[in-house]
Amino acid sequence: MAPSSGRRAPSAAELEDRKTVNINKETVSNTVSDDYPDNFVNEEHAWDNEEFRRAFQVQFHQNDQFEAQFSLIGVDASIANAFRRIMIAEIPTLAIETVFVNNNTSVIQDEVLAHRLGLIPFTGGKKGLREFMGFWRKPGPDEDAYATTYDTNTVSLKLAAKCTRKKDAPKDARDPLVLYDNAHIYARDIVFEPLGGQAKWFSGEDTIRPVNPDILIAKMRPNQEIDIEMHMHKGFGWDHAKYSPVATASYRLMPKISILRPILGADAEKFAACFMPGVIGLERVTKQEAKKTGSGYEGHEGELKAVVKDAMRDTVSREALRHPEFEGKVKLGRRKDHFIFSVESTGQWDSDELFMESTKMLKKKCGVLRPQVTNMVQTF
Amino acid sequence: MPFIDDGFEALTKPFYNGKKLTDPISAVEDKNQLLPAFLKVKGLVKQHIDSYNYFVDHEIKEIVRANRIVKSDVDSSFWVEFLDIRVESPESVGQNGSTTNPKVTPQECRLRDATYSARILIDVAYTRERQKIIRRNVELARMPVMLRSNKCHLYGANNAKMEIMNECPLDPGGYFIVRGTEKVILIQEQLSKNRVIIETDDKNNIITASVTSSTHERKSKTYVTLKKERINLQHNVLSEPIPIVIILKALGGLTDFEIMQLVTGSDARYQDDFEINFSEAVVAEVFTQQQALEYIGARVKMGMKGRPARGGPPQPRRNLIEEGLDALANIVIAHIPVEGLDFHPKAIYVAMMTRRVLMVRHNPKLVDDRDFVGNKRFELAGQLLSLLFEDLFKNFLSSLKFNIENTLKKQHRAIPADPLLQIGAQGKHITEGLNRAIQTGNWTVQRFRMNRAGVTHVLSRLSYIAALGMMTRISSQFEKTRKVSGPRALQASQWGMLCPSDTPEGEACGLVKNLALMTHITTDADETPIKRWAFTLDPPAEPLRNFSGAEMHKKGTFIVHINGTPFALTRFPKKFAANFRTVRRRGWISPFVSVNVNENLSAVHIATDEGRICRPYIIVKNGKPRIKETQLRMLQAEKITFDDFLRNGVVEYLDANEENDTLIAGTEKDITKATTHLEIEPFTLLGAVAGLIPFPHHNQSPRNTYQCAMGKQAIGAIAYNQFNRIDTLLLTMVYPQRPMVISKTIELIHYDKLPAGQNATVVVMSYSGYDIEDALVLNKASLDRGFGRAQVFKKYAADLQRYPNGSRERIGDKDPELEKNKALSKDGLADVGWMVESGQVMIKKESPQDTVTSNIGMERRAEAFRETPISYKAADPAYIDKVMITQTDRETQLIKVQTRQTRRPEIGDKFSSRHGQKGVVGIIVDQEDLPFSDAGIVPDIIMNPHGFPSRMTVGKLLECLTGKASIIKGRRDYGYGDAFRSHPLEEMSAELVGAGFSWEGKDYFTSGITGEPLQAYIFNGPIYYQRLKHMVQDKMHSRSRGPRAILTRQPTEGRSRDGGLRLGEMERDCLVAYGASQLLLERLMTSSDAVTLDVCQRCGLFGSKGYCNTCRSSQQVAKMTMPYAAKLLVQELVSMNVGVRLQLEDEFPHPR
Repeated sequence: MAPSSGRRAPSAAELEDRKTVNINKETVSNTVSDDYPDNFVNEEHAWDNEEFRRAFQVQFHQNDQFEAQFSLIGVDASIANAFRRIMIAEIPTLAIETVFVNNNTSVIQDEVLAHRLGLIPFTGGKKGLREFMGFWRKPGPDEDAYATTYDTNTVSLKLAAKCTRKKDAPKDARDPLVLYDNAHIYARDIVFEPLGGQAKWFSGEDTIRPVNPDILIAKMRPNQEIDIEMHMHKGFGWDHAKYSPVATASYRLMPKISILRPILGADAEKFAACFMPGVIGLERVTKQEAKKTGSGYEGHEGELKAVVKDAMRDTVSREALRHPEFEGKVKLGRRKDHFIFSVESTGQWDSDELFMESTKMLKKKCGVLRPQVTNMVQTF
Repeated sequence: MPFIDDGFEALTKPFYNGKKLTDPISAVEDKNQLLPAFLKVKGLVKQHIDSYNYFVDHEIKEIVRANRIVKSDVDSSFWVEFLDIRVESPESVGQNGSTTNPKVTPQECRLRDATYSARILIDVAYTRERQKIIRRNVELARMPVMLRSNKCHLYGANNAKMEIMNECPLDPGGYFIVRGTEKVILIQEQLSKNRVIIETDDKNNIITASVTSSTHERKSKTYVTLKKERINLQHNVLSEPIPIVIILKALGGLTDFEIMQLVTGSDARYQDDFEINFSEAVVAEVFTQQQALEYIGARVKMGMKGRPARGGPPQPRRNLIEEGLDALANIVIAHIPVEGLDFHPKAIYVAMMTRRVLMVRHNPKLVDDRDFVGNKRFELAGQLLSLLFEDLFKNFLSSLKFNIENTLKKQHRAIPADPLLQIGAQGKHITEGLNRAIQTGNWTVQRFRMNRAGVTHVLSRLSYIAALGMMTRISSQFEKTRKVSGPRALQASQWGMLCPSDTPEGEACGLVKNLALMTHITTDADETPIKRWAFTLDPPAEPLRNFSGAEMHKKGTFIVHINGTPFALTRFPKKFAANFRTVRRRGWISPFVSVNVNENLSAVHIATDEGRICRPYIIVKNGKPRIKETQLRMLQAEKITFDDFLRNGVVEYLDANEENDTLIAGTEKDITKATTHLEIEPFTLLGAVAGLIPFPHHNQSPRNTYQCAMGKQAIGAIAYNQFNRIDTLLLTMVYPQRPMVISKTIELIHYDKLPAGQNATVVVMSYSGYDIEDALVLNKASLDRGFGRAQVFKKYAADLQRYPNGSRERIGDKDPELEKNKALSKDGLADVGWMVESGQVMIKKESPQDTVTSNIGMERRAEAFRETPISYKAADPAYIDKVMITQTDRETQLIKVQTRQTRRPEIGDKFSSRHGQKGVVGIIVDQEDLPFSDAGIVPDIIMNPHGFPSRMTVGKLLECLTGKASIIKGRRDYGYGDAFRSHPLEEMSAELVGAGFSWEGKDYFTSGITGEPLQAYIFNGPIYYQRLKHMVQDKMHSRSRGPRAILTRQPTEGRSRDGGLRLGEMERDCLVAYGASQLLLERLMTSSDAVTLDVCQRCGLFGSKGYCNTCRSSQQVAKMTMPYAAKLLVQELVSMNVGVRLQLEDEFPHPR
C-alpha cells in the first residue's frame, strides 16, 4: 500500500455496495474479497485496533445449552470461516476410540457395534475434561498395548448385558420389550469406571455419561449377550467425525432487502408471501407519503404497501425475483461482514463455550504463526 | 389374520398406499389397486411355480399314464403296471436311505450342501409267479423341489413359520437347491410349435411355409416350398423334396380336382399358379395313391427305416408302401394325428400350407414375422422338467425291462423275479439325471435330439434385485454371435409383455429379456372341451369334415383353427369370436384361452397351448370400463380376489395375438366408442428391475437400461436371513435406507424392505478437479458416520473326504509355535471373532498320505498325514464371522468358515444413482472444506454438473426435487416417482418455497474453504445412491518381482496369480514409434524373460557351459542374452526338424 496522491473518501453508497453481496436472479456477485480485505486503491485503511473495536459487534440471538445463534459483525469472511472450521474440526472432545469385545453374540457385528459406540456423544465434568484429561498416544509397535494408557488420557467404560426371557411376561405379549429383559441396549446402559484420579473430577453430577441416554445401541434376543469394555480418548474432528463437538456449525450472511419502488396493494401481499413469514410487513400508505411527489405513493393513500420488517428471517429463496411484477422494484443482497452463526453442540460442551474455545484455538494458532511470519520477514 | 407381526404384511394387501377403508374410492383412479391383487395370485415368480406345480401334479401323471405298462418279450405272463405317481414333500435322507429329517428346510439344504428334493412315489402292480401284486408308495426316485411350490415346506407359510424355518419371507422362491447351490431354470424363448410360419427368401425367390411338429414322441420340421414355380414338400425323413401333388395324392387318394379345390378354392389366380404342379406328378408317373406312396416310400431315408422301438425286437422289413404310409402318418407333420389311416385332416393341413405359400406369392405382406411375440412360446421350469423326466422315465422303463428279462431268461431262478428291486436300482438314474441336468444346465433329451447348455444358472444373490431380476429373465435360443438385428430389436408387440428397458448391454443385448410386471405365461389347457364349445355356440362353427375345398375357401367363410390346426368353418367370424369371448368371460372355459380373427387369412385362431405370454386388461363395453367402485370396495375388504374380477368379466387376459383384435386405451380419458379394453396401470409395461427407477419416463432410454444392469450390482440387504446364510460371496450394506422417492413397483416387490442404497445429500457443482469424468466427491464426515459402509462375507469350505481304503481326512491339532496358526482355536478351526491376515490358517485340514492301501490282511496302511490347510489369502485382513461344522447328505464332514470385512468407501469405489449415472470416488474431502448452505446443510456427495447435459437424465433432477420436497414435512405421499403418472411438480416447488428454499431446488451456498459465498446457486437435495460391488480393494494390484509361468518364464497373468502388468502391442507400438529402444529392450526382455545362453558362432547352435556339443569345441562359443520365449521357439522348431542357426555379429566391430 503505497501512499497515493489522490486520496479520497468513498461515498456512502459506495461503502454500502462494498459491504453487500448481490443476490441476483441466477448469480451471486461481489462475493470475493482480495488478499487484503477491506483495503482499496487510493484509500487509507491501515489496521486500527480502535477502529476495529468500534465496528466489531457480537450479538446473541439465541443461547441455549446445545444450540446458539449469534451474529458476528465487522469481520472478514476468512475470520468467520476460521471460527466455523475450528468448531467443526479442531476442538478436542472425548469419544470412544477402542472397544474390547469380551463377548458379543448379538446380531450386530463387532466392528459395527464399535462404530456405533464411537458415534455416541458423551459428557462429563467440564473442568475435568478440559484440565485433567490429556491426549493419548498410540503405543508404538514395540510397546505394550497399555504403555501409554493413563488415567489422565483414558476413560474406561463398560457395557455388559444379557438378554433373558421375562418370567412374568404376559402370554399374549408380542413386544420384545415386554417379553425379554435387555431386549434393547441403550446408551444409558454404558457404565463409567473411574480410573486413578478420575473419581475426583468425574463423580456425581460430573460423571462421564452419554448426552442422550436413549440412543439405541443394539437389539438382542434371549441368550444373546454383549460384554464389552471401552476406552475413550480425546481426539479432533479432523481425525474422525465422532470427535467433532458440533452437530453442525455454520453461518449465513445477514440478508438485505431493499424495496426500490413501492409495492402496493395485492402485489404487496404477494410480495410478502414470497418471503418467510415475518420478513415483509404490510403497512398502510400514510397521508404524508401520498403527498410526496416522486415517491411513487401518490394517490395510493390507505393502500397496503410492503415494508421490510425483519430481513434476518429471510432464507434467500429469491422467490421475489421470479415474478415479473417485482422486476426493478426490489434488490436483494446480503451484508458481507455480518455473519449469523448457528452452532449446534453434540453435548460435550455448551454451544457458546464452543465459540469461545474456537477463539482460543485461533489465538493459539496465531501464536504459532506469528514468530514464523516474523522469521520469514527477517530471513528475506 | 388377527395380528400382523411385521410391517410388510400390510403391504401385501391390495390397498397398501395409505388408503383406509373409509377413504373414498374412484373406480378409474384406484383401478391400479388391481395390480397388487394380480401379483398376489399371478406374476413375476408365480409363473415358475405354477409351471412346476402343473408338472408335478398333472403332467408327471400324464407321462406315467402314457407309459404305464411294461411287458416282457420273454415271459408273456409277466407285466408291470404303474398305477399312479406322486411327488411328496422334501425330507432329508441319510446315506442308507433312512429319513433323517422329515421336514428338511431349504436353509438346511443350503448350509449342508444338500439337495432340496422329495421322493417320487409310485403305485405299482405286477405279477410274480402268476400272482398279481399291488404295491403302493414305492420310492421311484427323488425330484428336486422348487421353493415355494406346492410341494415345498414354504408353501403357504406365514411369516412366523418362515422365521422358524430361517427363511426370508420376501424371498421370491421359484428356484431349486441342488448340492447347496441355488439354481434357476431360466425362461426359454422359442418359436411356437405346431404353427405354420411363412418366410421368403427374396434373393432366390423362394417362399417357404414351415411347421415344427412337436409331439410326445418326436419333434420334426416340415417345409412346403415354392421354388421356380413348383411347390415341394421337404422333411428330414425324406431324402429329397417331394412334389406337393404327390404328397396330397398319397394323403387319402384325392382326385386332381379335389386337390385343386382343397388348395386353391375357386380363386383363378391360385389355380393358375398351382396347375403346373400337377404336371410334376405326371412326369413322375404318379396317378394313384398307391403310386404316390411308393414314390414317397422309395425316398424315405434308410436310417429311419425299420428303426426298432427302443428295447424292442427288430421289426421285419417292410415294403415301400408301408414305409411311405408310416412316414406320412407318424413322422411328417406328426402333430396332426392319423387315426385309422384317415389322412384327411393331414391333407387339409398340407393343402392349407400350400395355399398360404400361394397367397404370399400374390401378397408379400402375408409373410409372418418371426419376431412377433405372438409367434413365440416361453418354456418354463415345469415344461423343461417334464421333457427331461419323460426321457428319463422312458430310459428307466427300457432298462427295467432289460434287467427283468435278464432274470426271467434264467431257467432256474432261486428267487422269483421281483421288479421292485429293479425299480429302486434303476430309479436312481432318474434322480441322478434330474440333479445333473439342474446342476450343470445341460438339458439332454434323446428323443428330440435336444442338447441345450446353459439352461440353469446359479441364482445371483448379489442383491435382492439381482435375485428377483433373475427370476423374470428370459433367454432366447438365438445365437449370440450372429449379427442380425431383428431378434434383438424392440418389437411393438412386446408392449406390456416384456420390459423395454431391462436387457443387458453387449452381445446378449435384446436376446436376454425380462418379463414386465403384469405378464403371465399360460399353462396347457385341454383342446377337446374348447372344440365342443365352438360347435355349440350361436352361430356354431361347423365341422370341417362336412365341407369340400371349394366351400372352405369361399369368400366370407372363415376356417376356425385350434392351436394352428383347422377344425371347423364359420360364416360369422366376428360374432363367433365375440360369443366365444363371452363364454370365456363367464368363466366357463379357461381364462387363458385366446381367440382372434385374422381377416387376411380368413381364419379364426383359438389358442389353448402352453407358453403363450399374456396380460390382464379391464374390459370396456360401450365406452364404459366394467370396473365398479363396489368391486374395489370388496377387494379392499378382502372379500374378493383378482380371480373374481376375471370370473365376473371385469378383467380378462389377452395374449399377443388377441391384442391385435382390440383397441386398448391407456387411460380413462382415451376411451372412445371403439375402445374394447383399458390398461390396468400403464407403468406395468416396465419390469420389476426397471420399476426401481424414479421418473423413468423423463430419462433418455439407454440410461434406464444402464440402471437395470447396475441395480443388480448394488450392495444392500439381500434377504432377512442374510446373516444366517453362508454364501461364496455376500455383500451387505451396514445401514441401507428406503429410497426417499419410491414407486408403486418398489412397494410391490418390497424393495423398500430390502433396499440397496442410501439417500445422499447431493450437491451438483464442480469441486476440486478430482470430479472429472463422473468422479464423485465424498464427505469424509459422512463416511465416518457410516455412509456407504458395506460388509463383505466370504466362504471358505472344506469337505473332509473319505477314501476307499478307509482312511479319511481330518482336522489336525493346532501347533501354537507357528505364527500362521494364530487364528486357530484348540480344535484346529479358526475362532469366531478373530482377525485373520494373509497366510493364516482357518481350517487345519490334514489328508492321509496313503489313500490306496487297505488295512485288510497283511497290508498295513501308513498313518502319516500331510497338511492341506485352508488359509486366508486376501491381502487385507478379515474377521471370522461364522464357523459351521455339519455333515453333507453323502455323510462326509463339511466345515464352512465365513470371513467378514467391513469396508468404508475409499477413493476408486464405485457408486451410482438410479439413473444409469455411475461414477467412482475421486476424492474424499473433510467436512469443513465442503460448501454449506444457509441452513448448515453440508453435502454427502458432490456431483459434477457435466454429468447431465449429454446424459439427459431429467429423472434424476426430478428425484432430487421431489425428495427434497417430501422430506420437508415428511410427506411420504410426495415421494412417488412412478412412470407415466402425472406428478404435482408445482406442488413440490410450492412446498420448497414455503420452507424457504428456492422453487427450482437451487440454493445459496457458501464455500467451506474461503468462507465466501459461491457465485452461483447450487442444485441440491437427496438422491438415492447405490454402492456398487466394484471396489478398489478387490482390484488394486502391483508387482515388482513375482511368479513366472513355467513354460515361457514370462511373468504370470492376472491379479489372482500376482501377475505382471502387460506392456501390450499398442504400448509397444508407441515405444517403437518413439524410438525408445532401450526401454523396449528392458520391458520386453530384461524385465520379462531374459536368459543368458551360450551360442556357438561356428555352427549357430546353442552350447552349454561355454562348450559347443556339436562342434566339440569351446573356441567360438559366445554368451548372449535373449528372451526365453525366443530360445523356446528355436528349440521347438528344431524338435520338428526345422533347422535354426543363429548368426552372430559384433554390434560394434573391431576397427581393423
